[in-house]
Parts: sequence; C-alpha cells; structure tokens
Amino acid sequence: MIDTLTLTAEEAWRLVDAREVSGAELFAAYRAAIDERDDELHAFLHVADDPGGDGLPIAIKDVIGTQGVPTTAGSKILESYVPVFDATVAARCKSHGLRLLGKTNTDEFAMGSSTENSAFGPSRNPWDPTRVPGGSGGGSAAAVSGGLAPWALGSDTGGSIKQPSALCGNVGLRPTYGTVSRYGVVAFASSLDQVGPVAKTVRDCAFLYSIIAGRDENDSTTVDVPAVELPDAEDLKGLRIGVPKEMNEREGIEPGVTAAVLEAIELAESLGAEVGECSLPRSVEYGVACYYLVAPAEASSNLGRYDGVRYGLRSDGEDFRTMLMNTRHDGFGDEPKRRIMIGTYALSSGYYDAYYGTAQKVRTVIRREHAAVFESFDVIVSPTSPTVAFKIGEKADNPLAMYLNDLLTIPSCMAGLPGLNIPCGLSEGLPVGLQLIGPQFSENILFRTGHALERALGFDGVPARLRS
Amino acid sequence: MSSGVGSTEPPMSWEAVIGLEIHVQLKTRTKMFCRCPNEFGAEPNTNVCPVCLAFPGALPVANRRAVEECIKLGLALDCDIAERAVFHRKNYYYPDLPKAYQISQYDEPLCARGTLVVPTADGDVTVGITRAHLEEDAAKNVHVAASGRIHGATATLVDFNRGGTPLVEIVTEPDLHDAETAKRFLQLLRQTVVELDLSDAELEKGSMRFDVNVSVRPAGSDELRTRTELKNMNSFNFAAKGIEREIARQIRVYEEGGTVEQETLHFDPAHEESPPMRSKEEAQDYRYFPDPDLVPVHPPTEVVERLRTEIGELPGARIRRIAETLSFYDADVLVTGGLDRLWSDVVAAGAEPKEAANVLANQFVATGTGPEAVNPAQLAKLVNARAMIPRAAFDEALARIGEAGFEAAPYLEQKVVADAGELDPVIDRIIAANPGQAEQFRGGKQGLLGFFVGQVMKETGGKADPRVVNERVREKLNA
Repeated sequence: MIDTLTLTAEEAWRLVDAREVSGAELFAAYRAAIDERDDELHAFLHVADDPGGDGLPIAIKDVIGTQGVPTTAGSKILESYVPVFDATVAARCKSHGLRLLGKTNTDEFAMGSSTENSAFGPSRNPWDPTRVPGGSGGGSAAAVSGGLAPWALGSDTGGSIKQPSALCGNVGLRPTYGTVSRYGVVAFASSLDQVGPVAKTVRDCAFLYSIIAGRDENDSTTVDVPAVELPDAEDLKGLRIGVPKEMNEREGIEPGVTAAVLEAIELAESLGAEVGECSLPRSVEYGVACYYLVAPAEASSNLGRYDGVRYGLRSDGEDFRTMLMNTRHDGFGDEPKRRIMIGTYALSSGYYDAYYGTAQKVRTVIRREHAAVFESFDVIVSPTSPTVAFKIGEKADNPLAMYLNDLLTIPSCMAGLPGLNIPCGLSEGLPVGLQLIGPQFSENILFRTGHALERALGFDGVPARLRS
Repeated sequence: MSSGVGSTEPPMSWEAVIGLEIHVQLKTRTKMFCRCPNEFGAEPNTNVCPVCLAFPGALPVANRRAVEECIKLGLALDCDIAERAVFHRKNYYYPDLPKAYQISQYDEPLCARGTLVVPTADGDVTVGITRAHLEEDAAKNVHVAASGRIHGATATLVDFNRGGTPLVEIVTEPDLHDAETAKRFLQLLRQTVVELDLSDAELEKGSMRFDVNVSVRPAGSDELRTRTELKNMNSFNFAAKGIEREIARQIRVYEEGGTVEQETLHFDPAHEESPPMRSKEEAQDYRYFPDPDLVPVHPPTEVVERLRTEIGELPGARIRRIAETLSFYDADVLVTGGLDRLWSDVVAAGAEPKEAANVLANQFVATGTGPEAVNPAQLAKLVNARAMIPRAAFDEALARIGEAGFEAAPYLEQKVVADAGELDPVIDRIIAANPGQAEQFRGGKQGLLGFFVGQVMKETGGKADPRVVNERVREKLNA
C-alpha cells in the first residue's frame, strides 16, 4: 500500500527502481488521492491521463505550458487554450520520464498570494481547508502537502513558490534568475519570473531542480548552471548565517512565526553555523513598492497578447478595437486588470522616469545591498511569510494587505537571488516557513543548509488532520 | 538642379527641411527573433511558430546574423557602433502585432551618428544619419469583403508570414532641402544596401519602405516648424513629386496666413493632393521599456572589424570617381542602376566610355538582362559598332546578350543602308502616299519629320541609317 502523504519522491524513485512498485501503480495511487481529496482541496485545474512509463508522477502549475494539455494560467481568457508546444521545463521533465498528473491551480496569471484570484475558485490548505494555501502557486503546494503529488513545479515572481510552500509545510525553491528556462511559461513579469520545484524534502527539491535547470537556447536570459549536488551533510560547520533584523524583528510578524524561526536559528548554531546580525534596510523598506511598479509594468505589456485574435477567449465586437476591449473586459479578472492599469500608468511617457525608471534604480540598490551582506555571510534567514495560512476571504477585499504578505520574499526576488523555504515548525497548528537566501548560483549551499536543518528539525510534513 | 520631377521650385524666401525614415527588410535566412524562414510570397500563415504568433510563454531570441548585417550597414553609413545596444518594447494594439508590442530599439540603438555623402551635380551633400537600428516587422492585414454579407461588410485576415522578419530602420537628420537630393539619397542608400547584399530593397515588394518628414521655414532661419509625414510612396519619383507638392502646399499655407497641422499624408499618385491619413494630434504613447526577455547586445570588436573589411568601395565613392570620366548624371545612373562595374569592364574591353554609358543606361536597362550575365568583350564590340549596324540588328543583339555563348560577330556583319540611291525611292514613295502630312510639314509643322522618318525605317525593316534618312527626308520635303 502506497501512502502518498508520507512517500517522498526519492523513496518512490527507489521503489520503482527496485521494481517493488510499478510506474502504473504509483500513478494510480496519486490519482486515487486526487479523487479522494481534491474535491475539497481544489489543487488541480486539470487532471491528465497516465501517459505510461515508469517515471515518477509530477504536478505542474497551470502557468507552465504543456503540449496537448490545457494551460489556463488560472484565467478565463485562456480557458480554451491548449498549447501546441511544451515549455522547456515540461519537456525536460518528460525527457526524464516524469509523468504529468495534472495542472495545478494558481492565482490568475500568477498574480496573488492566496489562489483566491484564480478564475476557477480558490485552492484550500490541506492543514485547514478553511484557510488559503498561499499563492500564487497554492495548487502545487496543496497538492504536495495533501499527498496528491510527490512533487510539483511552481513559478515565482515575488514569492509564489516560497510563500505557499511556507503556508503548506513544503520545501520550495525559487532558483537564481536565469538558471531555469522561462520558455513556454505564461509570462507575468519577465525580469522576475522563475520556475522552481516544490517537494517534501530538500533532497527531492534539489533533484527536481537538477532536472529543470540549465541554459536553454530558447530563452536568452538563461545561463550555464553549476552542477547540482544532492545534500547529505548533517552539520553546518563553517557556514556563516546572517539574520537581517529588518526581516526578523518587525511589526506584522506573528509571535508564533518568530518563535519557530528563532528556534531554527538556534538549531543552526548548534549544528556548527556562525550566526550574526546583518541589515538590509533599503531592500525591505522599498522592495514591495519597487516590485509593485516593475512587475505590473512588465505584466501590462506581457498581457497585451491576449487580444482575442489567435487563441483563447474572443468576445464579440463590431470592429477590432471593440472586440479587443470586450475580450479583455470579459476575460481578465480584477487583479490582472488592476495590475495592467498600474503598469500602464508606470510606463506612460511623463511618468516613466518617476516610476519605472526609479524602480529600476532602486532595484540596483537592492541588488548591491544584498551583495554587500553576502561578503560577510553565506546565507541569510528570515520567516518566509509574516503569518501562517490565513482564512479564505480574510484579505480578499484588501489588495494592499495581500501585497504586504510578500514583504519578506520580494526583496531577494528583486535582486535575482535564490531562496529556499523549509518548514521549521508549527504555530497554532499551522506550518511556519523558514526562508534561506543565498547569493546568485548558491543553490547548493541553500540545499546543504536546508537539508541539515530539515534533519535536525524533524518536521512532520503530513497535515495533522490527515495523519492516520 | 531641376531634373524634370516637377516645376514647383520654392520661392527664394522659403527653405524646405526634409528628413527621411527608411525601413529595409533584411534577407536573412530566418526571422529576427525565431527560426521561421524569412521569405516573401509563401502561402499565408505557413512561416509561423509560437514565437512569431505570440503564443503564451514564447520568447524571442535575437538573430545574430541580423545583428551583424545591421552593424555592416551602420559601418557603410559611417556610424558609431554601440558597445551596448538594447532592444525595447514598443507597445500598441493592432491585429498585425500579435504580442501587442513590437521589439525595436529606442535610446540605445546598434548604430548612430553616421553620414551618407550624396554626390550631386552641384557637389557633395552630406546627410547626417541619426541612427540605424534593428527591429521586427509587423504581420500583414488583408482587408476583404466578407462574402454573403450585406454590402460594405468587411473582414480582416492576418498573414503572419511577414510578422517578425528583420528590419533595419535608418533615420536621417533633417539635412535635406530639396526633393531631388532626397530622391538621390534614397537611390544611393538603396544601392548601398543591395551591394552589401543585405536586402533586395525592392519598393514594390515592400522590402524597402520610407517615410518623409517635410517642413518649410524662411530661408536663412534655423527654426524647425511643424512637419508633416508622407507615407506609402512606392517609387523614388513619386517620392520626389510628393515632396515637391508638399513643400509647395506648406508655403502656400504660410503665405495665406495659415498654420501647418502635424499630420500624416498618404501619398496617392492618382490624386493631385496628398489626402491626410490620420492626424497625429492624439499621439500614441508607446510605453517604451527595455525588453526583459532579451539581453543587451555587446558587439565584439573583432566582429565589427571583420564586418568592416567586408565592405568594398561604396556607391557614393564610385559615382564621384566615375564622374571624373563621364558626366555626373551618367555616373549616377550607372552606379545607382548597379551598372557601373559592367561599364568599367566594357570600357576596359575597348568600348568608348560615353557610348558605353549611353547604351547601358538606356537600351541595356530596358532589356531586363542582369549585368552579371554579360560578356563585356562582346558588349564592347556591339557598343562600338552601334552606328554602323541596323537599329533592329543592334536591338536584337542587345536583347540576346545575356544568353550563354553570345557572339556579337553575326550582328556586326549586318550593315546599315546609308546609300541615298537605295533610300531615295522609298522616301519618294512615302511622301507621295502622304500628301496631307507633307503639306502640313511645309506649312511649318516640323514635328512631322519624325513621322516620315519612322515610315521609312519601317519600310526598310530598320536597316536604314536614321541619320541619312533624316537628312534625305528633310531635303526632299523642302524641295
């Protein structure tokens, strides 16, 4: 009997390799879990048929294009869209024998922190179905922690892998910008979007990262990536951990979150790490404001292609302009509309210098501030999310409160840096996420740190209410 | 120098200010940002892929060859080649623009600050090149009447084959002051592009297109007044005509106390006026910003230097060199017609230079034969024999000169009939058959001479020497 709630990808791989379990049995087990729990969780927007083979199943966020399988990006405007080509990451998964279980729910065009902005309804947190799984990649996170998939791909623009992983108790990596191809991934903000793995363990996460990372001739922003090392060390000797005070001591971070993170930091010290205080004042103060200019600006341009001419929704209209306006009126939800308007404004002549131009300069400041910190530290830590999973509807009517949920994940995204979330405990019965951030291309250091802490913490990733 | 493109020379008190914006479609094997074939005339929507159709998630990758070709043109135009060039997005909605933005260049173009020196009969005119940058072309909208619908109902079909093909945009400084020089500039630029093998630059196919900005100001002033933009001119002569007409119109507006509105004028050769196409009053805000999908281009010095060595003697320099032997006009026609290399070879093979230029620029061009198909030695023989052989023989020889193994000898054996004894009976017969015309000629209608000469040439099957016929006909009519 396969227990999909506890089975890691690594164990599953071993079982299949040893022929203790067939690929078909494995796939069927996850399909059964989906049948059993997805009516409640709504992690999937589309469940795929078993393509056969012996590889592991995988769930893929619905912003990632999959040939012949609907890819909606959580939007009505793409409800009917079936890609004719695989995103590079989907193709790499295929070529490693991974089999698509289905496409996971997301905030529309990955814009949101709760999946409540999905045109097809929110996903629910497996730890408490009255709460959000985070977002935008809440579907992938809920699928992994709910035992509906051994691992999944997400995409992260300002925290959409790290934050849902934190809220659902998973390991999630947002890789260094440029290490994973964006080709075939529905674009939100091109200078920030990055695909990454969501998994139960750091080793699973590292392994999936090794499959998807690498230069892609179809994405000119990709680079050659250092070989991925699967972590096995259980100590942190010689590691210098920085604790930025602005990201650890601030109003809005729940006491239970602070407590769990502090405990993890003390544990790191006991594993041999040197821990010291550091500071990222400008990054934290201006990060969110800067992000909410850059990301909507790029989005306003990226979403221009949904015009009803070639694919997706087309509403009636007597001429091109009317058809275009009707299509976009009917097809986009409130959040994309809001961001298209903000972004269009920020790029307008006369405002460009004040908004987009200034934001780009601030971005350089954020990058330099992080680089300075990494002269003294190998990794910096903070909570991933200031709060544990919040109630569905709690912030839905307050976009600003929702935006501030990403306060701690955004600065390093703006700097193009990798970030790893690992679960570090519970607060009020809900997972707390620890964010580890390193310099560019330091994924191996993050994996090593995350793995040692994971072993020492011994966090049980199975939602308490689902434990048998 | 007026050269027959129009007669509305601006009065001395006004000066025209003309700037050009030229688009040249590169003939790279593939499109600018994807690997679709870049070809003209394929079945609609067959040269397309997720990138040039802007499917979700598709990303552009810049065509290295196109970048090099743009640099090469920049070098030919004496531009500075940027150490860092950036692609920008120009955002607007149109059915032929699938991404809702065109990838173009904005404040960091590949090539900038160049010049193109245009030789004219009155000396060289130096035209500043503001920039030469790379961008992608839009697709093609085809407006059709929808069958079975009520009258006037139309539909728009989009052919994406052209979408994403590479264009170089060349922008000049407002350094031109008359239509004729503007036309010469365009012809010289075209010839430069063709010789560098960057583009067919065919106006009819749209692989070269240009817009002209025109304003006028009091002569001697350095102000820049409101300009209008002339679009859709599909020949250099139309362009010259349109510019002349627009200059005259603006002068008229000012002299009548009016103001010139900023607008785009669609040039239609069938109409006397250039009707306004669209007003620029509600100027589009293109929301330019650097395309985050593309990395900045840093052309390596060794590539730029290699490209520089691939550029031979440019057309402008050759016009100046050949004008030392021939008239400026002949030199210009030969070079901008792509005939000067053949001319040099024919002259080297012994042809008289001026005669060779005349034959090439007038008769040879009309045959449609490519210069590369010609054996210069055979053409030289033909050129030198032109006066001695019948017109018909010469024309036939020229028509066949591109054929493999062409020999001039058989044609050279045919001699013109210059003997008055042979021609006079024919001339007498024709005058006798046309008494009315003969009477009119004697009454002063000198133009009828050509009629009689033509009849004689026809009668003799083109073998008569036209100079002798002319002389004899005139004598006989006046007798």
